[in-house]
Amino acid sequence: MTAPSTSIDGRAPGALEAVPRAATARRPRRSFGNPIAWLIFILGALYFIVPLVGTFFHSIRTRPDIFLAYRQVLDDPKFFGGLAYSFTVGVITIVVSLLIIVPTAYWVRLRVPRLRPVVEFVTLMPFVIPPVVLVFGLIRVYSSRPLVLTATDLGSDMILVGAYVILSFPYMYRAVDTGLAAIDVRSLTEAAQSLGSGWARILWRVIFPNLRTSLLSGAFLTLAIVIGEYTIANFLARTDAFGPYLSLLGRNQPYTPAAVSLISFGLTWLAMIAIAFLGRGARGRVQVAGAR
Amino acid sequence: MTFLELTGVRKLFGDFVAVEDFNLATERGEFVSFLGPSGCGKTTTLRMIAGFEHPSEGSIVVDGREITRQPPNRRNVGMVFQSYALFPNMTVADNIGFGLKVRRTPRSRAREKVAELLELIHLPDKGDRYPWQLSGGQQQRVALARALAIEPQVLLLDEPLSALDAKIRVALRKEIRTIQRQLGITTVYVTHDQEEALSLSDRVVVMNEGRIEQIGAPADIYNFPATSFVASFVGTLNLIAGRVVDAGAGRLSIAGQEVRTSKPVEDARDGATVTVAIRPESVELGDGGGANQLRGPVEDVSFLGSIVRTRIGLDGGASLSLDTFNDPHLVPPNVGDVVAASFPPEATLVIGAGPAPEIDIVDVGV
Repeated sequence: MTAPSTSIDGRAPGALEAVPRAATARRPRRSFGNPIAWLIFILGALYFIVPLVGTFFHSIRTRPDIFLAYRQVLDDPKFFGGLAYSFTVGVITIVVSLLIIVPTAYWVRLRVPRLRPVVEFVTLMPFVIPPVVLVFGLIRVYSSRPLVLTATDLGSDMILVGAYVILSFPYMYRAVDTGLAAIDVRSLTEAAQSLGSGWARILWRVIFPNLRTSLLSGAFLTLAIVIGEYTIANFLARTDAFGPYLSLLGRNQPYTPAAVSLISFGLTWLAMIAIAFLGRGARGRVQVAGAR
Repeated sequence: MTFLELTGVRKLFGDFVAVEDFNLATERGEFVSFLGPSGCGKTTTLRMIAGFEHPSEGSIVVDGREITRQPPNRRNVGMVFQSYALFPNMTVADNIGFGLKVRRTPRSRAREKVAELLELIHLPDKGDRYPWQLSGGQQQRVALARALAIEPQVLLLDEPLSALDAKIRVALRKEIRTIQRQLGITTVYVTHDQEEALSLSDRVVVMNEGRIEQIGAPADIYNFPATSFVASFVGTLNLIAGRVVDAGAGRLSIAGQEVRTSKPVEDARDGATVTVAIRPESVELGDGGGANQLRGPVEDVSFLGSIVRTRIGLDGGASLSLDTFNDPHLVPPNVGDVVAASFPPEATLVIGAGPAPEIDIVDVGV
């Protein structure tokens, strides 16, 4: 057997040659991207920004105090009352929705993955059924025996929460399902079980914490829907809610609704920033799994 | 005394038989490997011991207690997963201490235990790291420590090293074995890597298509394979068609040349065609003084690093390969030289009636 050959200079064949660099290498020119992409981006941004700017200019048309509309809003106890009421309903909706959706999505992924398309279809129903049809159905069912809820404020509040839970399904389910897809649900569950854990602890200590960003996304989408929702709240005579308050304001005042819209828009953006801020801690905690 | 016993275990998925008639009794502290190709049922069997699958038939008993239908969180069986399955939201210390928290272990005791285990796995200063901050090998050690924290009766490992590179695999499997011996935990290890199974185990269970092919010590599995599958799956092998000349005397004819086995040929009559298996490392160049001999021209000489493989052609298109350690001072034969290859009768195995498969050497490798 002959020894492998070497090149004349003793280096093994195939060794890379060092490429000498120029003494003064030029820095690459900074690229600003495709101009067409920028044009589309600007047009899209204008589509969103122009109405906001128009709304703002409309809201400061009061004279002599151009911010009179904003002052009226912030001085109006019904504004904060409506916001507080809708916020409270929103939080309760989020909690109930999470308690339904998370175990369901988890169980479907773990045990009955064949049912995923069915569950997905069911969660899309709120897109198909108009809110007015939904609320009429709910009023019909819960205004007669055996369960009469429309006779009391508390009962109507419960129906309102139930309706909002249904409206939140498409957003909450998708957010949770996406989060579950990013973690190895089965292995994590089995690992926890092998260590003696029951289902409640698995959900609370293993699954929920690893869905933090997804849950927050679903939660804030739900909150945005609840705060801005009008039809269901109005038909259930929940005039304390923010949606009916905004609608009533629009019938009586010319400029204040514009101010309220911008304020609520700003609050939504604050919520999105909160998602980004809270979700930032979860970045990098991607499960580094071995091969399956 | 038997510690872990599987009796008549069978698992069906619809009409598909994943595991058939699995019987195994292990002693306390024994290290047993399930070895076989993908889909042979080894992981399914492991998962039945863990409780993640229920047997369709049969029973599983640990330390005299039947656990066949018990939920997995009641079995006190620790498991290390192929994908590590560390909880991403918890630190290393929290991961290891998770089982202790479930058992309501007092905090001071749990802290001590976690610290002990971090020392055991040589990661004493990594307790406050998160899994994503560790390398693959470190993560697997944490997974092992987590499984050991609950002091399980049985430790199960499902191909724990398959995601790691070769060097780390070798180092980590030694650690696993050291720890297992130190703690004396009955261990079941699933792998498709024969080198892992042979080097780690007290006994190896070779499986194929849901069935046990052979159970035995690594040396027995390798040197005395009970079936053609075991012979071909474990190690490299020459498989050559032969004819039985005298079954009682163990005389065979290979390519017109007579050889002998060390024991009578069973399950085949005189004149029958059989498959003869010979390990390449059992064959030497030269006459061999009284041992079996086959002569033929050298067809190929391959340099495989520490091994030199020489292939000798035989009549009828068959060939015999022999492996020798690479010795720079020895001159291998030239292609075309007619040489003699000798091997002892003990290395001549008759592993099945019928003609040999089309390939004449099976090299599963490591």
